[in-house]
Amino acid sequence: MRDHTADFLELVRLAATDLPPDVEASLVAARDQEAPVSAARGAMDTILQNVAMARKNGTPICQDTGTPIFYVRHPEGWSTRKLRQQIRVAVAEATRLAYLRPNAVDSLTGVNSGNNLGDEAFPTVHFEEVEGDDLVVDLLLKGGGCENVGAQYSLPNIALGAGRDLEGVRKVVLDAVYKAQGKGCAPGVLGVAIGGDRGSSYYGSKEALFRKMDEPHPDPSLAELEGRLTTEANQLGIGPMGFGGETTVLGVKVQGMHRLPASYFVSVSYMCWAHRRRRMIAGPDHLVYQ
Amino acid sequence: MQKLSIPIPDKAIRRLKVGDPVSLSGVMLTGRDAAHKWMVETFIKGSRAPQGDDQKIYQAIKPLLDGGAIYHCGPVVRGLETGEYRFVAAGPTTSIREEPYQGDVMQHFNLKAVIGKGGMGPKTLAACQDVPGVYLHAIGGAATLIAQSVKQVLGVHKLDFGVPEALWVLEVEDFPAVVTMDSHGNSLHAEIEACSRAALEALLAG
Repeated sequence: MRDHTADFLELVRLAATDLPPDVEASLVAARDQEAPVSAARGAMDTILQNVAMARKNGTPICQDTGTPIFYVRHPEGWSTRKLRQQIRVAVAEATRLAYLRPNAVDSLTGVNSGNNLGDEAFPTVHFEEVEGDDLVVDLLLKGGGCENVGAQYSLPNIALGAGRDLEGVRKVVLDAVYKAQGKGCAPGVLGVAIGGDRGSSYYGSKEALFRKMDEPHPDPSLAELEGRLTTEANQLGIGPMGFGGETTVLGVKVQGMHRLPASYFVSVSYMCWAHRRRRMIAGPDHLVYQ
Repeated sequence: MQKLSIPIPDKAIRRLKVGDPVSLSGVMLTGRDAAHKWMVETFIKGSRAPQGDDQKIYQAIKPLLDGGAIYHCGPVVRGLETGEYRFVAAGPTTSIREEPYQGDVMQHFNLKAVIGKGGMGPKTLAACQDVPGVYLHAIGGAATLIAQSVKQVLGVHKLDFGVPEALWVLEVEDFPAVVTMDSHGNSLHAEIEACSRAALEALLAG
């Protein structure tokens, strides 16, 4: 394996400064839904201007460049230790170049490391070995404001009348959107995992966020749930920034997971409108960013 | 669009109503989680004795906050190596985390404008009526755009809190925001929360 540090740096730069086209298209569609001269419309116009300006200037879309979450799929026999090291060097360099804000804070001392390098989990790197010769790396920059409004429910939930079925899932997800109000930078994208344990469930909810905006779940019942949740979340009327309006969520991505007989977790990861995810594919003779 | 310059007179504050777009110019201070905890514990409640340069910084920020504005923001800053600071991304952070502190900070410093996103709660709303003051909502995530209104970084205090948590002194021009909590007891956030609560209940029953 060759050194991919420079490739990772470019992946970080792209993720922080250049919003993916499918996300931008859904923001444009949302803007067009809002009434002219409304606060919601004004917010969406500002958001879209900012997206264009960040891309042009090569500066961060949002100052909270979040937790860098990497999903690395590598060919057989590669050193994950070396890949992690290269990622860490790239993240520190991206911080020095002001593509990323220094965000790694020691929880006990309160000291910010200044370069986005904390313990093994900061930045977060997940590895998986796959067939083939390509290295595929997905990166999600997930800000703190939206991470704070994520929620996990254990069904049944008596207060919400939510049982252990998709109808119950629907109820708790709507509750999570209501509780988030505008605080997670609405209109957001929801990653929802059904099942798992408390840890794997949240992990699954983040993985769901890598699916493209216009890509529904292949299982028709989950695709239908995604559509229904998007429609109903928007009926809450919270709107862009919580100003009131037509679009509260841009989309919902659901993922089913296995669970214990005793447990039925539903985990919701709220991704802000600045849904900064990018993919890099590096092969023996090619390097592509998506 | 109402133009406001800092320091903001009471008369201008009382004129502002929920929904009004404003554009702010003058010198303001950033301050978020660590800054609010530090201000309240060290100078308002006195549960922690001032240490190091605390008193000096207090004297420096007091006149800036008197009639002034605080911005809940943890910026991306260039020039950290040279000290020639420039904000490249500076959108608002979620304000509700400062709810335990904000009202006291407003009262103590005669702070007129709190800028952030997501809105704040009843304690801050009461302080807005009292002081009087307003909560100004900036557009969350619009960091590159908002950074354009920061004309100059005049200084920084408590850089040891880390870049996002430090108290940055800024000169801004035409900083864009919307009034979402006014000095007459109105909160857009309380209103939207109540409406969405009713919508949620209908959906859960359906």
